[in-house]
Amino acid sequence: MKISFSINGKSQVLELDGNTPLLWAIRDVLDLKGTKFGCGKAACGACTIHVDGKAVRSCSFPVKMADGKEITTIEGLSKDGDLHPVQQAWKDEIVPQCGYCQPGFIMATAAMLNEIPNPTDEDIDQNIINICRCGTYYRMRKAIHKAAKLQNLQK
Amino acid sequence: MSDKNKSVQKTSSSRRKFLVRGGLGSIGLLALGSCVFINPLRRSALGLSESLVLPYSGKGTDANLWFEFTEENTLIFHSPKVEMGQGTFTGFAQIIADELDLDMNSIIVQAAATDTGILDRFTTGGSLSIAQLYNPLREMAAMMRQMIVNEASKKLGMAVDQLRTREGFIDHPNGSLSYAEALANVTEWKLPKNVALKPSTALKHIGKPIPRIDLHDKIVGAPIFGLDAEMENMLHATIIRPEHIGSSIKSIDFSEAGQMPGVVRVVEGKGWLGIVAESFSQALAARSKVNIEWDIPKVWTEEDLRAYLKVGEGKQMITQKVGAALEDDDEFVSLSFSSPIGAHAQMEPNGAVAEVKDGKATVILSTQSIGATQHSVAKALGFKTKDVNVIGKYLGGGFGRRLDTSHAAEVALIAREIGRPVKFSFTRKEEFQNDMFRPPTHHIVKGRLNEQGGIANLEHHYASGDVAINSLLMPPAMSKMLGTDVGAMRGANIMYGNIANRRAVQWHKTLPFATSFWRSLGLLANTFAIESFIDELAWNNQIDPIALRLKSLGDDETQTRISKVIKLAAEKSNYTNELIGNRAMGFAASIDVGAPCAQVAELSLTNGIVRVEKVTCVFDCGLAVNPDQVKAQCEGSIIMGISAAMHEKMGLKDGRLFPINYGSYDMALMRHSPKEIDVHLIQGLDRPLPVGEPPLGPIGAAIGNALRRLTGTRFTDLPMKLK
Repeated sequence: MKISFSINGKSQVLELDGNTPLLWAIRDVLDLKGTKFGCGKAACGACTIHVDGKAVRSCSFPVKMADGKEITTIEGLSKDGDLHPVQQAWKDEIVPQCGYCQPGFIMATAAMLNEIPNPTDEDIDQNIINICRCGTYYRMRKAIHKAAKLQNLQK
Repeated sequence: MSDKNKSVQKTSSSRRKFLVRGGLGSIGLLALGSCVFINPLRRSALGLSESLVLPYSGKGTDANLWFEFTEENTLIFHSPKVEMGQGTFTGFAQIIADELDLDMNSIIVQAAATDTGILDRFTTGGSLSIAQLYNPLREMAAMMRQMIVNEASKKLGMAVDQLRTREGFIDHPNGSLSYAEALANVTEWKLPKNVALKPSTALKHIGKPIPRIDLHDKIVGAPIFGLDAEMENMLHATIIRPEHIGSSIKSIDFSEAGQMPGVVRVVEGKGWLGIVAESFSQALAARSKVNIEWDIPKVWTEEDLRAYLKVGEGKQMITQKVGAALEDDDEFVSLSFSSPIGAHAQMEPNGAVAEVKDGKATVILSTQSIGATQHSVAKALGFKTKDVNVIGKYLGGGFGRRLDTSHAAEVALIAREIGRPVKFSFTRKEEFQNDMFRPPTHHIVKGRLNEQGGIANLEHHYASGDVAINSLLMPPAMSKMLGTDVGAMRGANIMYGNIANRRAVQWHKTLPFATSFWRSLGLLANTFAIESFIDELAWNNQIDPIALRLKSLGDDETQTRISKVIKLAAEKSNYTNELIGNRAMGFAASIDVGAPCAQVAELSLTNGIVRVEKVTCVFDCGLAVNPDQVKAQCEGSIIMGISAAMHEKMGLKDGRLFPINYGSYDMALMRHSPKEIDVHLIQGLDRPLPVGEPPLGPIGAAIGNALRRLTGTRFTDLPMKLK
């Protein structure tokens, strides 16, 4: 079927099976490789993107449901070449190790901060439920608090 | 970095390659513990293997490519080791920046492909990359710098002592020229002899907490991983393998699958079936239409496994023997411990992209074993090794799982059959079912105190499945000579030199499913058993557990280094045996590959929920090339250790490994991670030690020892969960 959406500010029209997970449309059709395949069952969050500003696990999101929506991936998170506050905080705290899960965490965090600009530790525990096998959670928590500060400064 | 990498690729045709021949140094570390065997050859081999610190073993006498300068005055280091998260590439860049006098930003580190550089035949693992390459890389970089100066001297007609190197440039009395200019048109290299390394006071990068060189790529989602690789005109494949332990295909019907949309071909291999389609989701959809009848000779249960693997069963080997053994009629305390099957669960599934064309094969993937993958692909295709090029990308986690990447051979076979490049990826279910698991273990620890309140006897009897035995790192002949599994042995021997009677006895069995290296190998479970037992001995006799440990240590260099981390951890954590409100502390220590580590876990208990609030970690890592990344390894090890100690467990269900996805395979998440991890590094040696695994030693026992104080119960089985 024909599906059209905007991704990172650019309109796209795709012709493919509507039940294809959005993840594969993003990775293999649109060649945006920052969104990762981790589990295929929405269990790890490596494929987290934004659909109309909300965090979505794209491996379990049929592409037909994205029709007419606005999608943002890690490649489109920062505007005007600057790093997004979440990316900046991640950089300042030197969070990544292997790095594979990090785009998913960054996207999940950016979506959370839109809803909860000043998250408590408990907010973070409840909302950031992606999996990182290298165990970078300790630095991520610090980076999330820092990102909130950076983002509030920008406002 | 990604942009830089791209620009380099574009100018590859004009790149100048500098072949550097080098004699590579090696490092040796003190092996801990004593090994008593009749055969002295075996003893020395086992001593080396116990620490698993092998000398760097790239083909150092061949002319091979290490350093490559581009016309933009950028250096590419073709690393013999891959990057799987530990910051190794950054450490390499720091070493090169110092000895070659380069700006960090003008160094690109990339894994050597089989046709571009030297590979270490011992793979990437054991946290050894920096430890092994520290000296060789310093020597090679210093040599390269000297050669650049020599070439500049020739070009400028000036004496070498008039020239000074500075961040990629050579300053001379009349100005300066870049390294690239100095190296232009050089075709023959004369290797200088006796190049001096810089004194430690002149080092500007080594020892500094410099941000990782891959940081930017990893926060913008650059396509740097194996699964991000593509080839033109490629197809996608999924591979069906047996799910039940020991099972095989009896009959197969893929007629319906072959008619599914997008399916190009179904390829039958030896014991597997490949489905090739235009897209990965089409391949997966077709896969569900395949009907297979399996031959399942035995349905394994968890009870079978417990009966099969236990102390007293299998091949016995004494791995430590000092003083006398406890006799059955002696009075002593005995406790039994266990750990479950563990999955690697690295975030990036295994996969590969392969092309076979004109008698040559190219494979791109994330692997810890680029060289072994080249051999397995060549063997499967019947090609000469040199006709297979394996290109290694960044790894989305390794932890030992990617030492075996034998699936690359299957992908290459499919690609040859199809005549087009093929990309393959495991699904997560396949990852969980085809893992090379951490073997389950069983331990019996026995001991008793002497009249002075010290430990008179301590014995650790431990049963494990394969770790090193039957792995590609341990050829059968070597396994036979050693007689024991040196991987299962990590952390198994008693480290306390002042205990007059101590021994460790291994009971080894090969399990009916693949088990192998998992970050820190036997260390996690062995330390859990021994350090929980010591704590119990102290607790039951109202002795301070830290004083008991210190009393049990001798006074040689290694024993003193262990004492130091124990004392500092007690001090920094304000360790106490008393409850603090709803909180309690637990203490544990270990030494692995010559690197002692002590940790204090502070746990809270609220409404029946236990949480690790804080971990204090003191780690003697030797020389820290990048202290920030050493700390990151401590933090990561602690969290992975919490996950293994309190959450993770693979089991068996209907004869299959289970669970099959994240979530049901319970792992530590953000909410289970300590809000405070306080790491203190001691640099007790002047050379780097492996840092990615030793901090996984104490954490399990530190948690168990805190739980003992918090709940009154001694937890002896991993994962530890409140009933």
